Amino acid sequence: MRKGTAKARPGEAALSHREKLRRLREILFANIVMAGEIPAPTGGEWRITRFLSDRFTESGLAHLSLDQAGNIAGVLPGRTGGRTLLVVAHVDKIWSEGDDHTVSVGVGQMSGRGLADNGLGVAALATLPLILEELDVELDANLVLLGTTRSFGRGDLAGMRFFLENSGQPIDAALCLEGIDLERLSYASLGMARGEITVSTTGEGAESGVVATLAALVRSLLDIHGREEPETRILVGSVEAGSGHSVPPRGGVVRFEIRSHKAGRVARVEEEIAALVAAAEEREGEGIEVHLEMIAHRRPGNLGASHPLVKKARETLALLGIDSHVVPSVSELALLLDHGIPALTLGITKGENRHSPEETIRLEPIFDGLAQIVAMLQFLDTLDSASEPS
Amino acid sequence: MPDLDQRISRWLETNTFHHSEFWDMQELVRAKREAGLTISLCIPTLNEEKTIGKEIIVFKSELMDRYPLLDEIAVIDSGSTDRTLEIAESFGADTYLSSEILPQYGSKPGKGENLWKAIHQLRGDILCYVDADIKNIHAKFASALVAPLIYRPEIQYVKAFYDRPLAVSDDLRPSGGGRVTEILVRPLFSMFFPELTALIQPLSGEYAVRREVLEQLPFPVGYGVETSHLIDLYRTGGLDAFAQTDLDNRVHRNQPTRDLGRMAFGILQTFVKRLRDYGMVKDLPELHGLFRQFQAEGHRHEQITREILEEERPPMITLPEYRERHGR
Repeated sequence: MRKGTAKARPGEAALSHREKLRRLREILFANIVMAGEIPAPTGGEWRITRFLSDRFTESGLAHLSLDQAGNIAGVLPGRTGGRTLLVVAHVDKIWSEGDDHTVSVGVGQMSGRGLADNGLGVAALATLPLILEELDVELDANLVLLGTTRSFGRGDLAGMRFFLENSGQPIDAALCLEGIDLERLSYASLGMARGEITVSTTGEGAESGVVATLAALVRSLLDIHGREEPETRILVGSVEAGSGHSVPPRGGVVRFEIRSHKAGRVARVEEEIAALVAAAEEREGEGIEVHLEMIAHRRPGNLGASHPLVKKARETLALLGIDSHVVPSVSELALLLDHGIPALTLGITKGENRHSPEETIRLEPIFDGLAQIVAMLQFLDTLDSASEPS
Repeated sequence: MPDLDQRISRWLETNTFHHSEFWDMQELVRAKREAGLTISLCIPTLNEEKTIGKEIIVFKSELMDRYPLLDEIAVIDSGSTDRTLEIAESFGADTYLSSEILPQYGSKPGKGENLWKAIHQLRGDILCYVDADIKNIHAKFASALVAPLIYRPEIQYVKAFYDRPLAVSDDLRPSGGGRVTEILVRPLFSMFFPELTALIQPLSGEYAVRREVLEQLPFPVGYGVETSHLIDLYRTGGLDAFAQTDLDNRVHRNQPTRDLGRMAFGILQTFVKRLRDYGMVKDLPELHGLFRQFQAEGHRHEQITREILEEERPPMITLPEYRERHGR
């Protein structure tokens, strides 16, 4: 299926890639529309993995496999196959099956639920074999393309985790694809712990139901956040209780995330929250139950600003006229770094309204994003593993 | 009656398809090439900036670049005031203003006018019409309509229908069994052309037709165009000239009942004209072209009138310019 055997040309290749990639415009845009319109809630990704599987099959990828976690993987064999590179995009979206996933196409942009996170990442992964073929890029290393499931919330990166623990395939370096934001340079992962505090009442006595208890807990979480150093944050992501205007809720939940650059800090805050929950339960007495469940953890990791991969990414973005900024990640990158695999997360385009029904991606910068991915793959392909810092 | 029932049942078995029967796109492209056919896709538009871009992207990518089934994709516009044409052009469609095609014949308002002028402007042996307001667009909206024409030379005209129940929210709805079809067209067909009731969605805006059929048909420029096609071709080719393909579902904006009333009025005009032309009714009085609707404000009712005249264009084959351009 490959057109030629031209040796990868790192360096200024990104600029010429960008122009040539426009020839694939329609196929790429159609893949974005299709990946965007397929509902893929965490744990219910089978249709979008089938879409990827169809595209991988059409591209003639070898060793196509759907694993027990529902991940879909295919391999583009390299010329020598001595090393293995991985490109990964999580396929799940934060939206539920019944939400309207219609994509609207306007002048220079598309919008719709889950387009930026991560319909565009999936579409880029689906189109990547064709992109490499169009650009006459053939790598020495084997290239594994992987769509992972169960990334969000309680999914806790289960797909990525399963692949790393079970594929038995040593990975030399990896790129994670996210729809936005093109300027991002993600080479470090934050330490993270994600938890849920549930409050419930069975008694008739509590006039306000669980509202006062929930409010006190949220206030306490925000107090901890206020006390901490800027490197550590406690994000209250949602508070849910009740279903109307006049009936006190008998149950509720607070979802939160602790993030920190500093090793050990997350664990210390987690302990503080556990103590807070225990105190709340004791204070409320019988009739109200307060329960803490921690559902996800990440260890902090950092490739380091001086790593050749990071320097190359910064240089490529600059060459494309894009000012980069460092954005730590809590997604797939964290697990890759945790496994000692040099990895970056790359954004593909610019966009707005992330995680809203009007999630919007700009079309023109997509060619910069794809050019960056190819240039980075070419660089990884030529990178002498001996030169990589340990 | 048992004969009629049998004919309809037989036709449903032999000439009703599901899009999944045409999943093998490589085979479809090969059969098209072998048959020496060219295919044009026509999308008639009037202010469709919200949906036109996606339609062009999907059709161009899937049915031109990936599988070369379509030879041209054209948007024929009635004079949009939004960015419909700019968006369509930016994604690679050929765009035309209806008023600039055969300008010597003037310009009339209505979708039928665009469909008629497309016969002159486009080159394909098969023309596939797809409305521009489809939110869940997919390549099958064109491929599964042209497929029966490619595989079965005796079929002349293929209509889409949509038969899968759809969970809907807000103002989205499936259009299978549309209101005007069930309340007006199906009762009329049942009385006068009972075999045509076998067409599950006679008013659907998605259909594919052979050029030699289209060029022979007169075209009402407004609401009646689909109904007149069915009656006129049925008179000459019978039910076996038709086929229909189930495309599962179609999501678009719901139309207010008031607009559907106007649509029904236009269709009825066309229908009555056909009954007269074919001598099926006699001694009808002169019919009014003014459609009357009412709007209540408190206890006062205001009359809203709208003139709806279903003008018709002649069969394209009667135009010398057409015969010259297409060598007929």
